[in-house]
Amino acid sequence: MFKLEKRPQPSKVWTFGAPILAVVLTIILGMGLFAILGKDPILATKVIFWDPLFGEFADLDRPDVIKKAAPLILIAIGLSFGFRAGIWNIGAEGQYIIGAITGAALALSFYPMEARWLIFPLTILFGALGGLVWAMIPALLRVYFKTNEILVSLMLVYVAEVLIKAMAIGALRDPDGFGMPGSRDLRRFASAANPDLITGSGIHLGVVAALLSVVAAYIALTRHQFGFDVRLAGQSPRAAAFSGVNPSRLILVCMAISGALAGLAGVFEVTGPSGKILGSFPTYYGFTAIIVAFLGRLHPVGILLAGILLALTYIGGNLAEQSLGLPAAAIKCFQGLLLFSLLGVDLLTNYRIKLRSKGKAQ
Amino acid sequence: MKRRTLLATGAGAAMAAALGLPARAQDKTKVGFIYVGPINDGGWTQHHHHSALEMVEHFGDAVELVYQESVPEGPDAERAITQMARGGADIIFTTSFGFMDPTVNVAANFPDVKFEHATGYKQADNVSVYSARFYEGRAIQGTLAGRMTKTNKIGYIASVPIPEVIRGINSAYLHAKKVNPDVEFKIIWIFEWLNPAKEADAAKALIEQGCDVVLQHTDSTAPHQAAKEAGNVYTFGQAADMAEYGPMPRISSIIDNWAPYYIERVQAVIDGTWTSVNTWDGIAPGMVGIGEISDAVPADVKAEAEALRDAIAAGEYHPFTGPINKQDGTPWLAEGEIANDGDLAGMFFFVEGVEGDIPS
Repeated sequence: MFKLEKRPQPSKVWTFGAPILAVVLTIILGMGLFAILGKDPILATKVIFWDPLFGEFADLDRPDVIKKAAPLILIAIGLSFGFRAGIWNIGAEGQYIIGAITGAALALSFYPMEARWLIFPLTILFGALGGLVWAMIPALLRVYFKTNEILVSLMLVYVAEVLIKAMAIGALRDPDGFGMPGSRDLRRFASAANPDLITGSGIHLGVVAALLSVVAAYIALTRHQFGFDVRLAGQSPRAAAFSGVNPSRLILVCMAISGALAGLAGVFEVTGPSGKILGSFPTYYGFTAIIVAFLGRLHPVGILLAGILLALTYIGGNLAEQSLGLPAAAIKCFQGLLLFSLLGVDLLTNYRIKLRSKGKAQ
Repeated sequence: MKRRTLLATGAGAAMAAALGLPARAQDKTKVGFIYVGPINDGGWTQHHHHSALEMVEHFGDAVELVYQESVPEGPDAERAITQMARGGADIIFTTSFGFMDPTVNVAANFPDVKFEHATGYKQADNVSVYSARFYEGRAIQGTLAGRMTKTNKIGYIASVPIPEVIRGINSAYLHAKKVNPDVEFKIIWIFEWLNPAKEADAAKALIEQGCDVVLQHTDSTAPHQAAKEAGNVYTFGQAADMAEYGPMPRISSIIDNWAPYYIERVQAVIDGTWTSVNTWDGIAPGMVGIGEISDAVPADVKAEAEALRDAIAAGEYHPFTGPINKQDGTPWLAEGEIANDGDLAGMFFFVEGVEGDIPS
């Protein structure tokens, strides 16, 4: 009946059309899911996608969408370079956690000193460095020992998760916390806090950094030799080698960028919205950012939009849980459907579907 | 349509909150719950949810239940509580320690909504705190464990090193030691509240080290399964009765029962008599339930344990009564002295005789 035919060139139309179709498909599948659960599917879709932006309480929800989107975008931008070049950093979650730990550890080592001009920049710098160093482990192992960076970076996520739990009850535990796990609240430590720039707007410095990263990535990819190398390496490793791109250097640079940006996201989160080093600090932004990066077609502007979309499903999903009684698992399922649809629809970018004529069919 | 009325009441409540007006009368009292885990986790969250459902059953049509499960402790919690408050909830129970700061922060923005935070210590005009004296139940477990062990080695699967867990270990140890001076505790920390695989591994490791009684401060039945397979090992239900593992290996249990408290507090909201309180209830009002002691326990031991339970319930006996020394030998409570609640709430030391360090 149907036949798949490889396109000589990836389709331009479907490169942009696939994510949009995937979103539409997800919404349709999601509506089916909601209907099976006995909820009004149109109302559920409206609560998830419309209400957080334009609903009755949108003034309160929009800042939350911004706060959720920022780390996703920041991490996804970092991942996009490596993903374009065929370097698969799956462990951004770990780099995000380590960035939060190193940043918070530096800030708390100065507690209660009042010197924001010194402590805050150092905190952010240490956060980025922490993520970078954590990403260098799989990068160096790949370059020198040919290990698989997918596995190593993924495994290091679990190490990071154990480490943050140990920190929460060990070295970084709040001495005034009545023996409960968790560090001091960095939001209450003025020298290291990362509050909303305008109270209640949701826009903290991490959001600014996310936007800057989008602009910087755009420039790097379109106007800079590095962006050219990355794209070339992804499309044709042999051509890249002939044109003098050093593959080892490219791996190290791409991993360093993604690690540093994930670390930055972590430290902005721990000094801002989250406030504390806690066992429950990791909320899988590092993994969700992989969906964001692909949904955004590894393009900076696409990532910006995809980050906002994913953030919407979180905020709107919580709204739907409370107001419609949707189970938490249904929202997770919905987010998973998005990646699932995207991967499915992606087929159309590289293949075209041909209807086989009946005569030929055996 | 339901959504519209919901939004309308929500808007009314939010506006009233913003203007500082008293919340307008509603036909139904809306009761909210914020859970840290899924409602079918088999332990902590499931028992809060069961108790919530029992409360709803008690009031019937007079209340409406809203809840959100699996809320991470952090910024998401603050958002979830805010969404619930502005959605028109009259009273919101936040059922994990990590929700403490988020609850207090949100409560400041919604002065007309009542908040109840479980296991915390920060109160406000519209924030109550409540917790259970599970260490009372641990005293009974310790007594049973001390009497039942033949190897004199008692295993303890500990979860997260916080005062709640340490109190439990100390209480169980003191009472096991009281009835059996040769008893020795082996403690394994798994740093989680619920992880069947780790709990099973811990139970097996303890049994291999010669423990024939295994106590647990974790929520799954995996240790019971491991004990059953090993044979001749005694266990205790945790949070739930876990009666399906009786009469052997499970010989008794500590059951979380929040329903009486939830009913009392929601009633107070309905009556308009709600005030901020600090509740720390034990066996007497039924917040800590002691599961049926099974037939595997000899009658005299069973009678002894039940007598202890009744003495605690009647207020005649306190599980932390001196003389008690700290692990390093320094005195904590003098002869006949009873521990004060402040010391208990922040307890972060082992008593004399417990081996090993609190992880930090």
